Order: sequence, then C-alpha cells, then structure tokens
Amino acid sequence: MGSTITVGIADLNAVDSPGVLATYALGSCVGICLYDPDRKIAGLAHIMLPWSKETGTHSDNMRRYADTGITELIQKMCGMGASSSRLCAKIAGGAQMFKTNSCVFNIGDRNVEAVKKVLETYRIRILAEETGQNFGRTVFFYSEDGIMEVKAATKPTLRV
Amino acid sequence: MSLQNVEQLNSIHLDVLKEIGNIGSGNAASALASLMSATVDISVPSVKLLGFEETVEFLGGPENIVIGMLVGLTGDITGMMLYILQKNFANEMLKSVMGKEINDLFELDEMDNSFICEIGNIMAGSYVNAISALTGLTIDISVPNLTVDMVGAILSVPAIEFAKVGDKVLFIDDSFMAGSSNIKSNMILVPETNSLELLFTKLGVGI
Repeated sequence: MGSTITVGIADLNAVDSPGVLATYALGSCVGICLYDPDRKIAGLAHIMLPWSKETGTHSDNMRRYADTGITELIQKMCGMGASSSRLCAKIAGGAQMFKTNSCVFNIGDRNVEAVKKVLETYRIRILAEETGQNFGRTVFFYSEDGIMEVKAATKPTLRV
Repeated sequence: MSLQNVEQLNSIHLDVLKEIGNIGSGNAASALASLMSATVDISVPSVKLLGFEETVEFLGGPENIVIGMLVGLTGDITGMMLYILQKNFANEMLKSVMGKEINDLFELDEMDNSFICEIGNIMAGSYVNAISALTGLTIDISVPNLTVDMVGAILSVPAIEFAKVGDKVLFIDDSFMAGSSNIKSNMILVPETNSLELLFTKLGVGI
C-alpha cells in the first residue's frame, strides 16, 4: 500500500498507484472518488456546497463547490494521464447531521444531487454510493484497485 | 461599509463579543450551579476567529467523538449556535444530577440526551439573554437538537453556513470549574452577517 494523502475540506487531490487518498469526517459535505482503472489514477474531491453560481462571489476557492470542484479534479487527473472517458465514480457523505425541518439543513441532499448532476454531464458512471442518513463518514480511496473504504463511528467499515 | 465577511471584524468587535460571552457564561454558570448544587466558577471566555481545520484540531481532531448541540436563532438576530461538548462535560453533569457515568458518548440514552438538551437550552438562553439585555433586541432560540458523532462531521454544518460569508468561524471557548473538575464548553456562533451588523450597531461599534 502506498502513502496516504489527506484531502481537507473544500480541497482535492489525485494520485498514481499505489497511493491512497483519505478525507476525514464528511458530514453534509460529499467526497467524490474518481478512478481510471487502466492507468490506476485515483482522485478525491471534498465539496461543501452544490453550485458555484448560487453563492456569493467573494469566494476564490472553487474547490468548495460540486460543479467547479469536480471539473478541476477531472482536469487534474487528465493532466496525470487519465482519460475522462474511462473515469468512474464512487461517492460518500451528504448526511443530515441534525434533525430539523429547516431546508437550510438539507444541504447534504442538495450536495449529493448536485454531484450526481455534474457527474452525469461528464458521463461518469457512479459505481457506488454511501450517502445521506445522519452520521459522519471517513473515506479512504485506494488507487491500486479503486476501492472506496467508508468508516463511520457506530457502523461496520464498508469496502465498495 | 456593510459587513460581507466575518474577517472584517476587528479586535474591538471581538472584545464586544467576548464581553457578551462573559456575561452569558456568567449567567450559564449560575444556572448550572443551581442544577448541579455545586459551586461553578468560570474563567474569561476566549473568542477567536478560527479557520475550519484549526477549529477541528482544537476540538481534538476530525474523528474525535463529541456531542454537538445545535440551537437556531430567530427574531431580530438570525443564525445558529452550535455547542461542542466533550465526554467529561457530559459526565460531570450526569454524575451530579443523575448519579451516573458513561464510558462512551454512544451510551447516552433518551433520558440523558434530553437532560443534556436542557443544559444546552439553559446555556444558549443565558447567552442570548445577555445579548438581549445589552441591545434591546428580541432573540428567540429553538429547542436544541443533539447529535453524537465525529467533530469534523458536526462542524461541517456551521462550516457550510459560514462558507457563504467567509472561511472562518466565530469560536467561543468557555471553561467552567465545577467542584474539582475543569470542564469546557465550546460554542460556535453563526450569525447572518446582517444580524451581526445590527448587533454591533446597537452596541455603538458599527462596522
């Protein structure tokens, strides 16, 4: 197994085999794992909000948003030799951490929905999805085999 | 100039928030003291503008399991308050009032949860009353909503709210001394920027 690179909130990264990517404690944020199985190139983006156009213009960090974040990740992976037509996706996160009726707090669902729409535009298939519900998740993504490992505090670890 | 970003706040604004925090924590400490039938002392709370990663590290790292308690603010001031409570806080409260202790935060049952929510209600109420008394603004708080999970995941809620106005959160660190133990409660205040502007205007320190 290669060395692990941590991807922070509103950040992204990509590695060659045998590198491992990790992002800790996804709440309402969504972790998007992209993989080129031929070249064994793995990418991971940790987005916070759905659409870059919806929010204020003050922000310069485009890695925050599903649309701009995924686009940048694809470009980065292609720059490393991946082909966008070979990419497939696994996604996790988008939980609703607090049970309230307010729509503001349904941001998790909106994030997941936006991620799916963006992936569809790029014709990237989603092979696995561990989203929604009400708990935090830590994600490890292995470039050797494209496996996404999802850990939660009170749930058994999933490998998909 | 209108407030677009919490990073526009200067040290005077932070001092004002600290003072409000001080009065609020004082009220909260008296309320906790009568609940626990013990003497509760407080130290001056520290108020900081912290980045997300710094906040998470300060609270024990992303996967540290904590209690998150979310209180909504409505009325003249809108936004939310998020309390982050560590296991020893829960244990001190449970020990003094219910005579029990837990090893793991996931052991908290319905009864414990509603008891901790009540404490949250008291703390949030004390804080908000301090703001109301100083400014004459009307602020209502919602019933606290509680969850036990990884601190990073819980903090994504205020981080996402804050992302619309800046990269930093307003972080208030309270230390209580109850009997012989030192317990900490951390609160993250997420006001809408226009509410924060109104608050400072009312206190004579406009933006």
